[in-house]
Amino acid sequence: MAGAAPQGASAGSDIYRGNGPRLLLPVWLWVGIFLVAPVLIMAVYSVLTKEFRGGVIWDFTLAAYDQFFLDRGLFGDEPPRIEWTYIGIFWRSIWQAGLATVLCLLIGFPTAWFIATRPARVRSVWLFLITIPYWVNLLIRTVSMKFLIRDTGPLNEFLLWAGIIDTPLALVNTNFAVQLGLFYSYLPFMVLPIYAAVERYDFSLSEAAADLYADSWTTLRLIILPVVKPGIVAGCILVFVPSLGAFLAPELLGGAKTFMIGSLIEEQFKGAAGNWPFGAAASMILLSIVMAVLLLHARAQTKGDRT
Amino acid sequence: MLDVAQAVEIDSVVKRYGTVTALHGVSMAIAEGEFFTLLGPSGCGKTTLLRCIAGFEQVSGGAIRLHGEDIAPLPPHKRMVNTVFQNYALFPHMTVLDNVTFGLLRRGWGTRDAEARGREVLRLVQLSEFAQRRPGQLSGGQQQRVALARALAPRPKVLLLDEPLSALDLKLRQAVRSELKSIQRETGIAFVFVTHDQEEALTMSDRIAVMSAGHVQQVGPPREIYEAPQTRFVADFIGETNLIDVTVTQVSGAVARLQLPGGAAMDCPAAPGARPGPGHLSVRPERLSLCAAGQGDLAAVMQDHVYLGTDTQLLMRLADGARLVVRQQAGSGTVPDPGAALGLRIEAGAARLLAD
Ligand SMILES: Nc1ncnc2c1ncn2[C@@H]1O[C@H](COP(=O)(O)OP(=O)(O)OP(=O)(O)O)[C@@H](O)[C@H]1O
Ligand SMILES: [Mg+2]
Repeated sequence: MAGAAPQGASAGSDIYRGNGPRLLLPVWLWVGIFLVAPVLIMAVYSVLTKEFRGGVIWDFTLAAYDQFFLDRGLFGDEPPRIEWTYIGIFWRSIWQAGLATVLCLLIGFPTAWFIATRPARVRSVWLFLITIPYWVNLLIRTVSMKFLIRDTGPLNEFLLWAGIIDTPLALVNTNFAVQLGLFYSYLPFMVLPIYAAVERYDFSLSEAAADLYADSWTTLRLIILPVVKPGIVAGCILVFVPSLGAFLAPELLGGAKTFMIGSLIEEQFKGAAGNWPFGAAASMILLSIVMAVLLLHARAQTKGDRT
Repeated sequence: MLDVAQAVEIDSVVKRYGTVTALHGVSMAIAEGEFFTLLGPSGCGKTTLLRCIAGFEQVSGGAIRLHGEDIAPLPPHKRMVNTVFQNYALFPHMTVLDNVTFGLLRRGWGTRDAEARGREVLRLVQLSEFAQRRPGQLSGGQQQRVALARALAPRPKVLLLDEPLSALDLKLRQAVRSELKSIQRETGIAFVFVTHDQEEALTMSDRIAVMSAGHVQQVGPPREIYEAPQTRFVADFIGETNLIDVTVTQVSGAVARLQLPGGAAMDCPAAPGARPGPGHLSVRPERLSLCAAGQGDLAAVMQDHVYLGTDTQLLMRLADGARLVVRQQAGSGTVPDPGAALGLRIEAGAARLLAD
């Protein structure tokens, strides 16, 4: 970030530049094996022909992408129209992931702020408390969530007992439940980077702003948010990207109406009904969306740095 | 208020942090357009006092008035004072110009006017070419001047400066010192300047308040602080001095009669509060001169000397074992041999009886 480090050696200093290729070898190996190779395999599978019992036939075709975007009728002989089913699922997923990101930000920022402004001794305790639930497997936590909010679960029982409602709220299999699941799953990914940014924030900047006649709201808007922005952006990416491809929350807490990308892809690789090339194509499209988001962010970042 | 010419009045201000008391009833008045310096060792409460004036700390007792108005209920952003912070606190994500216009825009200036005023102030601190840079791309001295420009731009009634020169090297510090002084004269804004560098305080200030451990020791113009210190702390902290144990026999007004260690009696000016009994006399080393043994006011034995270029420091011992330092200008006499018995003469009017 421009101007964040006032003086002295930064990551961009000359002394950190030399020796690159040799020292970076492990990184390239890691990236090659765990990132480039799987994506290549997926890209290849997405242009193969499907085999009916699952698996693929080595015949190159764009049929999977065609099926994703175009509707050629039941027997494939009608003039192509746009196929809205899958675009709709993607759109709903983007919307759900975006909403989860916004919710995580609204709750995560004040939480991170609260923790970062505690005395140093107490901070680690708070951070530990935030991460405790994440020692338990996500699957178990998501199932527990379903148990909590189902018709005869503790939440409804309590509301009934307290007389706030007289018929149980149907929460499971709704967008609300999926949203709750996403929010709960990814909140720490928002809190932690923002915490790191706020912890480094120099509070004398806030005093300087107040000294120059800015009230607290203006200080938040013009000084604090821009300075901790890298943390906020990192948090948003860390919540948005996995939410977009999330599988457990929509699968366990949602229903047919809340079908998301993750489930769509998963189905393609499950049993004899699957369609591997189609699943691979959907994955590639998802990957493109994510890459576009990251590129946009990178572009904005470098532009901000240059001015 | 009767006295309207006071820019800031600090009235018995007490500041406690939990069990620590940082200010023990500090009082002083800073006049309109004055260059006022808070001088004292580290931890004596200088920053705390500035922060109380700026509003970042609530006083635990006493009052602070700005042009006669009690500012206790005002939050920092409603106080017409600006601060140059000890660490500058420049906004890292904004250009130099945006930093400088920040206060103006908050006070409701139009963008065009603010920018014009911003450039004017940048010209004043000689940073016009740097308007579009980020603070991270400036040297320490340039950052310091941006901080100054940013605080000057809204034309505050009072400017608070917390050791703004401490991060600069000696050469730059001397250059910025005179620059700062001329800016202060040009703008006519009252400066409250914090430093623990006595030379800085003596050369720049109209008046100095010497502080120690949360107390004000003495307030006065530099010459008075240097030549007429009132307490042992001030005499010792400002410049170099000899503190001689004496017996005060009589105090009448500003003059005291006392007995020197050798038994000789003398009359000398006394600080307010001096009382008969054991006391301390302050004599600057350059105001003692050598004479033959048995003559002068004090009898001393030569111990050692330190050559300092422009002058030589002679280290002496009195009969009762107390050490004394005499400064001899280069070429103004021979250095006595160690062990030589000598007389010391105190220049007329140069000694001063302290209050404690
Ligand atoms: N937030 C705080 N909590 C507790 N004690 C504090 C706090 N701020 C300052 N103090 C104490 O108050 C006293 C005065 O501190 P202050 O920062 O005003 O000193 P200073 O004169 O500015 O020193 P320096 O020249 O080192 O900057 C010190 O003893 C310090 O430890
Ligand atoms: Mg200080």
